[in-house]
Amino acid sequence: MIFSESWLREWVNAPVGSGELADSLTMAGLEVGGRTAVAGDFSGVVVAEVVAVDAHPAAESLHVCQVDDGVSRHQVVCGAPNARLGVKAPYARAGARFRRAGKGESDLEVGVVDIRGVESAGMLCSAEELGMAETSEGLFELPADAPAGTDFRDYLTLDDACIELDLTPNRGDCLGMLGIARDVGAMLRLDVAMPAAPEPAATIKDEFPVRISAGKECPRYLGRIIRGIDLEAETPLWMQEKLRRGGMRCIDPVVDVTNFVLLELGQPLHAFDLGKLRQYIDVRLAVPGEKLTLLDGKELEMSSDTLVIADGAGAVAMAGIMGGMKTAVNEQSSDVFLECAAFAPFAIAGRGRAAGLQTDASHRYERGVDYLLQHHAMARATELLLDIAGGDAGPVTEAVGEIPESRGVQLRFDSIHRVLGVNIPRGEVLDILTRLGFTVLEQSDADVTLEVPSYRYDVSIEADLLEELARIHGYDKLPLNMGLNRMEMGQAPEQRIRLERVRDHLVALGYQEVVTYSFIEPGLASSFSLEGVDTIPLQNPISRDMSVMRGSLMPGLVQTLRYNANRRQEHLRLFETGLAFGRKANGLLQESMLAGLISGKRDGDNWSNSSEITDFYDVKGDLESLFGLGGRIPKLDFIAAERPGLHPGQCAQVLFNGEVAGHVGALHPALQTEMELPASFLFEVRLDALCRQEVPVAEEPSRFPEVGRDLAIVIAEEIGASDIERVVRDTAGPLLVKLNVLDVYRGGPVPEGSKSIALGLTWQHPSRTLGDAEIDQVIDSTIKALQEKFDAYLRN
Amino acid sequence: MTDLDELAAASLAAVEESTDEKSLEALRVRLLGRKGELTGHLKNLGALPAEQRPAAGQQINLIKNRLQNAIESRRQTLESNALDARLQQERIDVSLPGRRRAGGGLHPVTITMDRITQIFRAAGYDVAEGPEIEDEYYNFEALNIPENHPARAMHDTFYVEPGTVLRTHTSPVQVHVMERDDPPFRMICPGRVYRCDSDLTHTAMFHQVEGLLVDREVSMADMKGAIVSFLRAFFEEAVEVRFRPSYFPFTEPSAEVDMSCVRCGGTAKAKACRICKSTGWLEVMGCGMVHPRVLEMSGVDPVEYSGFAFGLGVDRLAMLRYQVGDLRMFFENDVRFLRQFN
Repeated sequence: MIFSESWLREWVNAPVGSGELADSLTMAGLEVGGRTAVAGDFSGVVVAEVVAVDAHPAAESLHVCQVDDGVSRHQVVCGAPNARLGVKAPYARAGARFRRAGKGESDLEVGVVDIRGVESAGMLCSAEELGMAETSEGLFELPADAPAGTDFRDYLTLDDACIELDLTPNRGDCLGMLGIARDVGAMLRLDVAMPAAPEPAATIKDEFPVRISAGKECPRYLGRIIRGIDLEAETPLWMQEKLRRGGMRCIDPVVDVTNFVLLELGQPLHAFDLGKLRQYIDVRLAVPGEKLTLLDGKELEMSSDTLVIADGAGAVAMAGIMGGMKTAVNEQSSDVFLECAAFAPFAIAGRGRAAGLQTDASHRYERGVDYLLQHHAMARATELLLDIAGGDAGPVTEAVGEIPESRGVQLRFDSIHRVLGVNIPRGEVLDILTRLGFTVLEQSDADVTLEVPSYRYDVSIEADLLEELARIHGYDKLPLNMGLNRMEMGQAPEQRIRLERVRDHLVALGYQEVVTYSFIEPGLASSFSLEGVDTIPLQNPISRDMSVMRGSLMPGLVQTLRYNANRRQEHLRLFETGLAFGRKANGLLQESMLAGLISGKRDGDNWSNSSEITDFYDVKGDLESLFGLGGRIPKLDFIAAERPGLHPGQCAQVLFNGEVAGHVGALHPALQTEMELPASFLFEVRLDALCRQEVPVAEEPSRFPEVGRDLAIVIAEEIGASDIERVVRDTAGPLLVKLNVLDVYRGGPVPEGSKSIALGLTWQHPSRTLGDAEIDQVIDSTIKALQEKFDAYLRN
Repeated sequence: MTDLDELAAASLAAVEESTDEKSLEALRVRLLGRKGELTGHLKNLGALPAEQRPAAGQQINLIKNRLQNAIESRRQTLESNALDARLQQERIDVSLPGRRRAGGGLHPVTITMDRITQIFRAAGYDVAEGPEIEDEYYNFEALNIPENHPARAMHDTFYVEPGTVLRTHTSPVQVHVMERDDPPFRMICPGRVYRCDSDLTHTAMFHQVEGLLVDREVSMADMKGAIVSFLRAFFEEAVEVRFRPSYFPFTEPSAEVDMSCVRCGGTAKAKACRICKSTGWLEVMGCGMVHPRVLEMSGVDPVEYSGFAFGLGVDRLAMLRYQVGDLRMFFENDVRFLRQFN
């Protein structure tokens, strides 16, 4: 909503400056989004009349005008095509100043100059030159009665601002000067002077029949015939200026008047060309599939939830949103049918948006137009239209649907302190609410019941009244209470590892956290999508690159790697936590995941050791270290597996307590080549599994010596270390306290297809010293088991 | 006795000339060992006339002692020299960088989220999380935003399928908790949210923390107090805070929270401040008293209980706190940008 500040002051003349007024509006919930001057910053411009025009002796396109500025005559050279005898226009006298907004630009001073051999004193101005239009042609023509010599700023009240309100959707009542003035009146406790709108006498008897078939959707519909209007008539300058300052363009008297009433009262009106209407007006729901071509040329096929204005031949307007092309008023029209209606918000809301339309009318009807306002608005519009464009008005034809019942809302005085934390005296409470239009229905010492005004669709319960009180009383006057603290103890659950700890651990391991979008490119998504899990597409993505919900966090990390690799950032360790999405046969999947990626040299570029490139075991080690947070490594298993997006020969499924917790592996070489990436290694695990922890049960460490043996065996290449470990643990007995893989060796004398693995084993008994003989026996049976199971033998 | 004197002199000279501990030890054995030269002289005492023996023995012992002392002193010198040499040899360039993994770091949004969480946790708020693909009911209806409500237009919503949306705020989590548990409630819900607009100041994904406190006798004064203390804790300075009426369907009364500009301190109203656009104020949060209908729909008795809710944009707070000029930097994940927060 944009409006002129001086217009508001006609209604309620607040004894405060412009800035303070804007602050009051903002602090009362009508947020001022901007304030701009209605004209350029100039001085020395007056109303003047062109009293003689001659051709310029040296230039065909220029005129030499004699200008009367109320004091004396001046000769002005002017190129405007409308610089004709008798025209009145703003005239910048010699010495007039124009301030320029741009930095470093100095003011412009109008002087006496020589234009191609003719002296020119001052300048006749266009609207554009005065900062009153983006573009304009010719002189700014003023009405014939404009008094020459009057300062132009005073003449048009140009020391004024356009105030732009960013209204919240509950305040449809402030989409007109009437509502804004009412709120300002309440804020400053001032009375509001509303322009009277006497019902003009009907000078003809013509009526056009009106009926409402959809009474719930349309509480009231007023129509009136006006015949013989002159669409060529000029809208008066005062109205043009109010429209311009309200962000509207001037079109013709009918459009201008309806727009003016819209700005003034918040009531949309629509004019039909009477000659094009058939038989009657019916306000009804559209027949499914019913077609209508709108004023803007758009063709619509409507469904049965669209309210239409129809005549005997079909829909002629989308009710409350836009009129139809067929019945539109044009230059040939002289008889119009003026509509002024109330439509229920529910019947209009969303319909315009669904059709890609947002109009001044729909904006207001969606938020609620006062259903008691139509007679006043119709009278006002008729009066203005007859004034400007002449013609004869018929009587008002009214059809009534279901008028909403008036609502009474009770306010308990003690609620004020309970909810707002402040006491507001009863007198002030009633004064505020009465100024806002509420009427007292009943009152007692404890409470008051108020009737909600018909324009306040947003008030229906006590809390709404409390908000009205709070905002007019002032949110800043409500006290601050800092003492609301809980007396109970906080919780410190130990069954879960806190995510913060996981993150900190990764950071200590050298990982950089990233945050990537939850929606990704479908192709990349499918490269990583797991079998049996469908990717979830968005119905209305903002782009194809962001059109499906990620089923894994890996693609985001891979993309981040690419982004950074392209900027020569190598040696990366990245991680992200967040949800992965998918659809399974049994429903929607939204799981918290942790994913990591490493690439490049293990320790970056370093003078010291190694420029060793990271590999699978680095990322696996980091993952083991993470699972080690809860001392849970023994419950962790890695089994060779395949996963889309990962190298089939360098990928493991992570099992925690026998349950799949995620995957770890090398980025698939094909994907790596396709995306032009360096080699990288990834893991992704479910946070639920990673963060599970048991409260430790402590045991006393044994005081008896450990016995250690190393064992080197030769075994077939395909046997995994974890397979060997499992057999060794089974046979080495419960007293085995430590098992380390010390070495893996391939090459002579170990035969091709086999490898040698060295294991370090340590035993310890809790209550006695172990003898060499019993350990030898265990070692023997372990070797035997490995031999039987894997055909392994001792290396010597 | 001249041979003895000669032996003593030569031996002492040899001791002083020895250059390492090994040769010194060999010398000691040659002179003083069981078969050593001096030991030999002692053994030969018996061959001397009885009256000469005491004097001769005394002289030999004297020489022996002198030699022993000289050897010990030489050993100490050699040891000390050797240590000096070793220390000299083992000198390293301590200015070379240490051997370490480059440190990682947290994302600034996470850092901000953690700080917000920490502040509210200390005040007794629990942290609740919920799904990001959400039933339309929980995202809208349960929060008093019926279909076709103009407020829905402010929430440019991503749809997964009819009736299922990407949550546009984290408030649905509060509804889930209120439905599940009994009041009082004191919680914050941090997380990712989605809206389908994208420009300089909006990304289609961003982060919110929404809070809820429901108890007996909770007033707007409590709400103002909680929010002012939070903002002062977060920015670690006594920022000015103003509350102005606004509209959210799920709260009534509702307020927008402005804070004095972190850059100009609200002093640059007239001068140019890029951050607050010279208004002196920054819009940082929305809040309000929970709408009775919202309480009711979640099974909380609005007669017995009241409360307040608030919502804040984590990314925006992070931008203000760390003076990040462009929201999109957060999601580009350029490690050179991110490492500044490590």
